[in-house]
Amino acid sequence: MEDKDKKQESLYIKLIPYFEKYGILLLLVIMILVMHILQPDVFLSWRNVTNVFKQISWQSMLALGVFMVIVTAGIDLSVGSIMMLSLMILAIVSKAGAPWFIVALVPLFAGLICGLINGLGITFLRMPHPFIMTLGTLYIFRGTGNLISGGTPISGFTDEVRYLGHGRIDLTWLGLEKSQYLPVSLVLIAVVYFIFWIFLNHSRTGKWIYAIGGNPSAARASGINVNKILIIVYSLCGFLSGIGALILAGRTDSGYPNAGLQSELDAIAACIIGGASFFGGRGTVLGVFAGVMIMGILRNGLNLMDVSSFWQQVLIGSIIVLAVYIDVLRRDFGTRK
Amino acid sequence: MNSTNKLLLEAKGITKYFGTITALENVNLKVHSGECLGVVGDNGAGKSTLMKVLSGLYKPSNGALFFEGKEKILESPKDSQILGLEMVYQDLALAGNLPIGENIFLGREPTRKIGFLKFLDFKKIQEMTNTHLEKLKINVKSADQKVEELSGGQRQAVAIARSTAFNAKVVIMDEPTAALAIKEVGKVLDLINKLKKTGVGVIVISHRMDDIFAVCDRVMALFQGTNFAESHLNKTSRDEVIGWIMGKK
Repeated sequence: MEDKDKKQESLYIKLIPYFEKYGILLLLVIMILVMHILQPDVFLSWRNVTNVFKQISWQSMLALGVFMVIVTAGIDLSVGSIMMLSLMILAIVSKAGAPWFIVALVPLFAGLICGLINGLGITFLRMPHPFIMTLGTLYIFRGTGNLISGGTPISGFTDEVRYLGHGRIDLTWLGLEKSQYLPVSLVLIAVVYFIFWIFLNHSRTGKWIYAIGGNPSAARASGINVNKILIIVYSLCGFLSGIGALILAGRTDSGYPNAGLQSELDAIAACIIGGASFFGGRGTVLGVFAGVMIMGILRNGLNLMDVSSFWQQVLIGSIIVLAVYIDVLRRDFGTRK
Repeated sequence: MNSTNKLLLEAKGITKYFGTITALENVNLKVHSGECLGVVGDNGAGKSTLMKVLSGLYKPSNGALFFEGKEKILESPKDSQILGLEMVYQDLALAGNLPIGENIFLGREPTRKIGFLKFLDFKKIQEMTNTHLEKLKINVKSADQKVEELSGGQRQAVAIARSTAFNAKVVIMDEPTAALAIKEVGKVLDLINKLKKTGVGVIVISHRMDDIFAVCDRVMALFQGTNFAESHLNKTSRDEVIGWIMGKK
């Protein structure tokens, strides 16, 4: 009898890590099923699925950047502004007639520099919390973007520049119809997420990012240069926002002043839904992807059902609270107090 | 303690100022291999400051450190680690979100090269962890268990394992039993005795006379940042050591 109890308990304990890792994917699958039942003809059609991926493409880049920052127990409120500034710089360089590869590289570089500024501010200016530094740069970067563009949209990019956001991979050689293409942005998401998964889980620097989030003084005592790692993390976050700008340029064919407005909050929401902890050290790349997907599918599904966008806000907010509450419950079971 | 044991670490005339405050004044300290030195003193007597000087976290304002007879200048904890001088911090300095093995090798992870990229060698981390835990007879379910799932005593054991994973010669422990349940204290003290037998020099900072008298060979008292008294354990008593802490001889 006692033995049986023990077995059951150990089975339960064995299941917890799987829930921690894959629970959010379960939620995603359930959501897809519900949407499919509600909208059987449309939701899982080729057109709609690729649409979802195109819609989440640039948000997924911001979310991935913010995720790394959250793992260090930090926060980056400036990703939307970094993306807007990078997009504006791209538009101006493009309008000046620079060759396409320069136009395409410029936003990545601009994003990296913006992230570097955040990182340097947090470490060298010893801001009491990254919230403050990145709140400041949220205004600074967007203001700069408006200054250099005069606050007006700049449109019209070459096809090469638009490739990542707008390009299509033809699948007719597989016997599919012409309308059944693969968006380049979907492939880009997969590649970028895979690279960062490897980076965070299989490199020393990645492990140290988790260690800093778990216990910064332990990381310091282990001889890890915490400031250097933080600067790298914020720079990479800026760089990913720059990729976001390049994708957005492709999707909209325009640099516009409201680009990425409030998208930092969407990015944070996706991380939280995906299981990242604000206290740092917790969360997975797969979880963030699921978080981005959940938000994307929710918006897409509600749009298909013609639900007002006000309800979308209420629902997304509720999902954030619910997801975190599930996490709280899980931790009550999983961790010794 | 055997007086023929090799002198590992010596601090001579260590003085440390913080602005106008004198935290340490002309403090001397010696540790031999296989020996445990207990450092006692009231709050603010300078124990923690002295340990931070020894581990390279603080630079002394005056005085010198000698390691195996040679003068060494420590710029950072990394320098002391290279010499084989390890610190077990009071707050344990473990990352609760990481598994035991990754904590033990944090900052010094073995890697494997694939092409020009370096990847963590998880298999090696696990092997090295298991061998090392076995050597110290530390029992845990698995090296993959997260540290936050462990009890206070197990965490302390992991912290000690971490400090000795790279052939440490001197291990400094700040209040190693302060955060532990009573039944776990004995296990940690056993572990300290085991370390001594392997020839490691141990410095234990503690308020608890029980700990000092269970594992130390020598005890020294700091009072207001200076050397106040020092004795072999068998030539003193609890009451005398408690008197030193209060500044009475």
